Amino acid sequence: MSTKKTRGRGERGPLASAGLHSVLAVAAFVAAFPVAWVAYISLGAGEFDYQHPNRIAAHPSLANYDHVVNHTDFFTWLGNSTLIAAGTTVVGVLVAASAGYAVSRIRFLGRGTLMYTFLLTQMFPVSVLMVPMYKILADTKLLDTYGGLILVYCTTAVPYCAWLLKGYFDTIPVEIDEAGRIDGLNPFGTFWRLIIPLARPGLAVAAFYTFLTAWGEVAFASFFLLSSNHYTLAVGLQTFVSQFNSQWNYMAATGVLIAIPAAAFFYLVQKNLVTGLTAGGTKG
Amino acid sequence: MTVAAPAEAATPRRTEEKPPKQAGPLRRLRRSYDQYWYAWAMCAPVVVILGVLVGYPLVLGIMYTFTNATSLNVGHTIGVNHIPDTFSWVGLKQYVDILSGPDNQFWPHFWWTIIWTVSCVAITVSLGLGLAVLLNRQVRGRTLYRTLLVLPWAVPTFVTIFSWRLLLSDGGAVNHLLGSLGLGQPEWLSNPFWQKIAAITVNVWVGVPFMMLSMLGGLQAIPGELYEAAEMDGASPWQRFRNVTLPGLRPVSSTVILLGVIWTFNQFIVIFLLFGSTNSDSVQILVTYSYQLFFGQNPMDYAGAATVGVLCLSILVVFTEFYRRWIRRMQGEQA
Repeated sequence: MSTKKTRGRGERGPLASAGLHSVLAVAAFVAAFPVAWVAYISLGAGEFDYQHPNRIAAHPSLANYDHVVNHTDFFTWLGNSTLIAAGTTVVGVLVAASAGYAVSRIRFLGRGTLMYTFLLTQMFPVSVLMVPMYKILADTKLLDTYGGLILVYCTTAVPYCAWLLKGYFDTIPVEIDEAGRIDGLNPFGTFWRLIIPLARPGLAVAAFYTFLTAWGEVAFASFFLLSSNHYTLAVGLQTFVSQFNSQWNYMAATGVLIAIPAAAFFYLVQKNLVTGLTAGGTKG
Repeated sequence: MTVAAPAEAATPRRTEEKPPKQAGPLRRLRRSYDQYWYAWAMCAPVVVILGVLVGYPLVLGIMYTFTNATSLNVGHTIGVNHIPDTFSWVGLKQYVDILSGPDNQFWPHFWWTIIWTVSCVAITVSLGLGLAVLLNRQVRGRTLYRTLLVLPWAVPTFVTIFSWRLLLSDGGAVNHLLGSLGLGQPEWLSNPFWQKIAAITVNVWVGVPFMMLSMLGGLQAIPGELYEAAEMDGASPWQRFRNVTLPGLRPVSSTVILLGVIWTFNQFIVIFLLFGSTNSDSVQILVTYSYQLFFGQNPMDYAGAATVGVLCLSILVVFTEFYRRWIRRMQGEQA
């Protein structure tokens, strides 16, 4: 599909233009349709409306949203999710950035090993880690706390982010560090006051990635959060559909409400997204 | 990581003198510490977090594979009573049982995992590359297209998978569409064959945006003069793609393909949320199968689950080693 239309430099015939737009439009439709479908289903007030979608168009209503917002723990879940996702983003990006910077700038022992270990941690299946992690969290009194879950999310998000940011720091000339050193900054000062501001696009991507990791995660959250007032949105959502009831309509409405902050966050960082990913991708 | 060694060599590097080769390892360590103590300090948080929360569980997990641990005989605390460990060492029995045991569950899951990984990564990469090439051109409404195409990544997976469940259900929108086109209406979520097709489709849908953005970044890093030069030499669009775009993308593609393989091989959430745990045995890949050994039965089979997990890990380590060698050789040939 791509190969035929690669690189028509300069002008492009009207036929090629139409072809290009139709391929992109079809792809965009496929990408957006399931998301739009949830939004559509959420407008059906009846419990079984999802099985008869054509009924919904006749009586769209916001009753589901009303129920979810006013009669469930939605705001508790939202608060928990926001806190955990924000915490993971801040802690994860900071930790990943400092490690990425160290590995990028300095040829010290164990540098290759560290990067390889980052990759290695991506290979562990969750099932091996779950129970030992549970024990460690219980032993350190971090089970069922925000802090514990934030640390667990860091283990999944930090390796990729450190590696991505290392690539980004590689593109920032070393002369900048040296200039900072000459002006009397210590290594941490150089990192914090010179490099971090320059690495903003890379940090935006890392932040986006970390935020999404924490915002949408289900498995760890449902395993490590025990009390219902600590539930995140992802865990709370599961309570609508259990073996006793299947309130898909509420689930759909909650789904839409969850998607909005994620989409908004994406919109904020999207300008940086492509440049940030490039740098991360090109430098191993 | 040395996946992209030449790129690394090309980056500006601190020019301080390297420690002399003849120095002993201890002295080298000492020197490195004196010079770069702050680097060690900056890496410390990652090392501590990963060491405690991943390293230690992994060691524990590997240990469990040589025992007969289940949820009944591993030490746990009920109220104030602490029950100590009572499991015993069984050597390689778990591995033998799983690889050649009577229930013979491993190999079907293994082959399906391979098919799943290869097809998901191949389709995701080619679609991602195709869309990236299209988006890299001057197109009206590029931002709109890009935003829509990234939606599967930006919206949390459990929301979109839930939507796919509705769409793929027996009377769902996909079957309505197929019916109105006069095509068959497979049972996507219960027939073993169509379950696999559905799983791959949904995973590709989830994975394309990341590939697309990475490839788009890679494309934008290829200097335009290369294309001009190729055009001057009379290269056809296909030749330009083959000889300029693909080699130029190699640093990006070699890395994202490796990550894609690792992530797809361990992709847990898609299959778990799409099919739940009933009536879906044949579509379970090794990771979800191991999870089922864990939570799907009572007592939970820690040792079995850990063994499958360690086997997954070993497969990936071996694959990564071969892949890195292959990439290095290819880069060597190019240079």
